[in-house]
Formats: sequence, structure tokens, C-alpha cells
Amino acid sequence: MSPKTLYDKIWDAHVAHEADDGTCLLYIDRHLVHEVTSPQAFEGLRMAGRKVRAPEKTIAVPDHNVPTTPDRVNGIENPESRIQVEALDKNAKDFGIHYYPVNDVRQGIVHIVGPEQGWTLPGMTVVCGDSHTATHGAFGALAHGIGTSEVEHVLATQTLIQKKSKNMKVEITGKLQPGVTAKDITLAVIGETGTAGGTGYVIEYCGEAIRDLSMEGRMTVCNMAIEGGARAGLIAPDETTFEYVKGRPHAPKGAQWEAAMDWWKTLFTDEGAHFDKVITLRGEDIAPVVTWGTSPEDVLPITATVPNPEDFEGGKVDAARRSIEYMGLEAGQKLSDVEIDTVFIGSCTNGRIEDLRAAAEILKGKKIKDGMRAMVVPGSGLVRAQAEEEGLAEIFKEAGFEWRLAGCSMCLAMNPDQLQPGERCAATSNRNFEGRQGRGGRTHLLSPAMAAAAAITGRLTDVRELM
Amino acid sequence: MEKFEKVHGVAAPMPLINIDTDMIIPKVHLKTIKRSGLGVVLFDEMRYHDDGQENEEFVLNKPAYRQTEILVAGDNFGCGSSREHAPWAIKDFGIKVVISTSFADIFFNNCFKNGILPIVVEEEHHAVLMEDAHKGENARMTVHLEDQKITTSDGVEIAFDIDPHRKHCLLNGLDDIGLTMEKDHHIDKFEDHASQARPWV
Repeated sequence: MSPKTLYDKIWDAHVAHEADDGTCLLYIDRHLVHEVTSPQAFEGLRMAGRKVRAPEKTIAVPDHNVPTTPDRVNGIENPESRIQVEALDKNAKDFGIHYYPVNDVRQGIVHIVGPEQGWTLPGMTVVCGDSHTATHGAFGALAHGIGTSEVEHVLATQTLIQKKSKNMKVEITGKLQPGVTAKDITLAVIGETGTAGGTGYVIEYCGEAIRDLSMEGRMTVCNMAIEGGARAGLIAPDETTFEYVKGRPHAPKGAQWEAAMDWWKTLFTDEGAHFDKVITLRGEDIAPVVTWGTSPEDVLPITATVPNPEDFEGGKVDAARRSIEYMGLEAGQKLSDVEIDTVFIGSCTNGRIEDLRAAAEILKGKKIKDGMRAMVVPGSGLVRAQAEEEGLAEIFKEAGFEWRLAGCSMCLAMNPDQLQPGERCAATSNRNFEGRQGRGGRTHLLSPAMAAAAAITGRLTDVRELM
Repeated sequence: MEKFEKVHGVAAPMPLINIDTDMIIPKVHLKTIKRSGLGVVLFDEMRYHDDGQENEEFVLNKPAYRQTEILVAGDNFGCGSSREHAPWAIKDFGIKVVISTSFADIFFNNCFKNGILPIVVEEEHHAVLMEDAHKGENARMTVHLEDQKITTSDGVEIAFDIDPHRKHCLLNGLDDIGLTMEKDHHIDKFEDHASQARPWV
């Protein structure tokens, strides 16, 4: 048998039908659903008189436009948001799918809830009408975002029509330097490949620096595979993975656990398997990074200066010029001189317990700069509860941060948490697109520790200066 | 779904690279529970000023491009969020074809589900089409799906590739779910096998 990549193995285990031209029906083990991209899909089912084929494999949670202020227990004020969440309440009930409603302590961002509850397991296929489904690849699950028509297709048939992607390997060798995190790895990779560098590929992340990451860190890395254009990101499961999964509410138990482990331990890329593209970065070379522009590929070490658009090539010259103007920066300006007025810690990229610990570590005993608006939005109600138990919430509050309820919040600003035109935010989220956090708002992506450092000094800051 | 055969219409140039789905339709318009009526907010933040007035500089607001049916766009069009509201808005505006040197994966898939034809062309051909699109409404481009051919207003012909299954579905206006349900027995068989092999799933 010819050697296979991890992606090949998971793919092969899920092909329910293959047509002569290579078009496959890929069976889906877990379908995650949220309120924004699903109403039209459920409506489509109703109109065609169709059922959800596998409700026991379908999990729904509202996250995108739920408010994160404590008064949300009294209901959602914005009528459109309320209608979307109510539609999900009703659809979950009518179609009999698993559901975590807004005021359930287990509610949170769908990509944090899935792993936390043990729905996401190694070797699975996982989809969701959300591009950051790539997050679940951290478990060695083939996970990717889909559109609403595909949501409807999966609801009705538990399959997706797919053609196989190519294999790409991203290896991070060696050890990370102090102050460098999973977020810096994933941003540095996109800085290297560009936002279209992964188009047509599924990425497998490997190497010592990836192995050394916790599950939280691995989720951060895979989460942004989509920002590099890849269909999915994967990391082979190992003891770190099994340790995380064991005992979760929906993880297998007893004899089933043993049977699952037997298969999970075969989920790695065979020696000599072929990759169509290989990128290698040295862990030691990765610095704490920030984005300067309006594409996640606009990444530079915090010690660098804003680039000159003329130094780029092709269409990137105009794109960089437009970005720098939108961001209100000047070529040659030191990134560490850029003043910010808002800090957002949260999102499916960096809203897990380890992220909050990293930020709290920097903030301990310190205050945020006067006039700074800073908020922490835990990724789930359970992350929030754990952070309170560990005393992290107190550190944030004493430093001057708002301590919010779980949701997507200012990552995409569909709820009331938004930037005003011209406001500048240091954000632990995943997209710095024009208007992403609010029309005219300016976003610099960075790690939780870097976000905490920026909150203290009021400017983009090299976290190593505060360590 | 409506059958897709041929489009003969105005092509608009949008040379900017990395046009993301937040630009195509900002999140404030994702709160709908319907698919229709989003054309008016297509490219919202570029198309309208803060006060809601049209930005005359924006290509689709120029008289020559108000009836655009073909968009010639910069590289990596449709990157970012998976929101299908992006192709819904494009379709609702009246655009039926988007041409670029590359598309983001999810957006590309979403187009086919909505009867929009995304075409990937080589850089040299892209330059020819972009130049043609700059000529305004008198220069109409033709996209012929059956023949897999784009014809510029000057009669230059450019061939393009398309996945045969997707071409078949577009030409015949086929609904994916209906097609897949015809293969139900394969899915049943897979489920039987998988529940033995991986009972914990």
C-alpha cells in the first residue's frame, strides 16, 4: 500500500460514493450550526418537506450576534438578532438537534463548544457554516467551513459533494522563543504563504514547535488555516490530544474509548507520503508579530516598521497603498509607536482558557492606560467559569477590562460590540479586513499576551519588554 | 435553479486583490433569515458614503456599469467568511459571472450553488479581460458555458476550464440535494459500515 498523509486517511475513511470524474460524497460525522448561516437552510428543508438525516450528529449554538453584556439574560434587544436566535431555538426544537441555548452555561462560540463538549474527535469529518471550522483540525479531524446551501445539503443528506484537495505540509521546527505563541506561529505562516497560498490545499501542521503546543494552541493555529486560503488545517492526534478529549461529555467511554484509541493511533502521515507543497519555518525565527494592513497576510514582527507599498509587486502595490491609508498609518512608521484605543481579547482564535491565562499573566497587578476601552469575551460560559475560579477574572477587572459573557462579539461585530470609524483596536481575533470590527474601524491582529501589553501601554508593544 | 447557458452583457472591472466577503457584504446585512433582496447592499461600504449617499467613484455606481452582469476582479476574490450572503447579493444585483485569477475555496463553491459562474483565467488573459471591462457599457462581453469560452467586445476568444459535474449542474439548473438523495442507498451502506467500524461517532 502506498504511504498516505493524515488527510488521505481521513478522506478515504469518509467517502460514501465516488463518481467516475472523482466527485465524491463525503460523509459528515459532526455538523455544527449557528444562527447566522442556518435559517435559510432550515427554511429550504421545510419547503421541500425534508428532515434532518442525522439529528444526533448535529449540534447548534447561537454565538455570532448574541450580546455579551450581563443584561442579555433579559432577552436580546436588537430585533433582527433576536429573530435569528429565536429561529435557531425553533429549528433546533423542530428538527430534534442538540442545542445549547443563549443562557446555558455551556453556550459559547461554536468552535469552542464543540471541542469542549467532546463532540469533536480525532479522525472525524466536521463541518459548519462558518469558515473558522478549521479550528477542529487541531484534533486531527478534517474540518472546514461551508456555505448555507451546503448546510442544507448536510442537514438533508449528512454528506457533502466534494473533490479532494491537494496535500500541503507546514513544518515548524525547533522551539519557540519566550513571548512567542501559537498566534504568532499561525500569523507568521500566513505572512509567508499569503492569503491565497493555501488555496486548493489541506494543510498538515507538524514539527517540534507544533507538537509542543497545548490543544488550545493547536486550535489557534488550525483556526487561521482558512486565512491562508486552505480548505482545512490538520494536526495529527497524540497524547496531548487524547488527554484533552478523555472524559469530555460526548467523548467515547469504556470499551468504545479503547476501540477509538486503536484507530486514532493510526492517524498520522506515513513515512514517505507525498505532499504537493511544503513550507518550513524555524520556530526560533518567529517573533511576536502584529498585522499592519487589512489582510491577514500583512504580518510583521512588532520590531518592524510599516512597509512602503512600492516595495511590493503586482496587485499588492495598490492593495498595500489602500490598506495603509485605511489604517491611518505611514510607511516607515515604527509599529511599536502605533497608538491604540481599544483592546479585544476573545474569539474562536483566542478565547480559550490558556489565552486568558496568557493575557492575565501580563496584566497581573497592572492597570490599562487611561481612556482605553478593553474587553475580555471568554469563548464559552465554561471558559468564563473556569477563569473566574482561577482568579483571572479578578485580574482583568482590576486592570480595567470589561468581563463579558461568551460569544463572537467584536471579532465580527454583529452584536453591539463594535468599533466606531477611526477607532483602532488591538484584537486577538482573526480578520483585519476593512470594516470587519465596525465600519471605518482599524484592526491589528496579535496574540493575547501582546493584546494585554498594548492595553497597558496604549500602543502596539513588544510583550517581551513587559515580561 | 435557473439554467445557465450564455451571458452577453456589461463587464465591470474591480482590479483590487483580496476582495473579501466582508467587503462584498458587511455583517450588518447578515441578520436576514431570507436569501433575497441583498443586491442593494452589495459592496455596501465601498458603494455608499457614511450618510447613505452613493459613492460616484465606485465602479458599479457609474452609469456605464449599473447593468453589470460580469465582474472582472483581482486575485483571491471572495476570501474570508463563508457567508453565502455574498453570492446571494451578487446574484440579486444581476451579476452572473465573476472572472479572476483565483478565488477563495468556500466562495467558489457557494457560487455554483446559486447559479453564478466563477471563472479562473491565467494572468495574461485576465489582463485582456480587465482592459475590455474598462471600456464601459458599449463593450459587452460574452460568456458561453457550453463552449467554455469568453469573447471580448473585440472578438478575442478566451477558453476556460470548469469541472464537468459543475458544468452539467449549471447548464441544467440541477439541485444538488435532489441529486444526492438519488444516491441514498450509498449513504445508507456507508452508515452501516461506519457504525460497525467506528461505533463511537
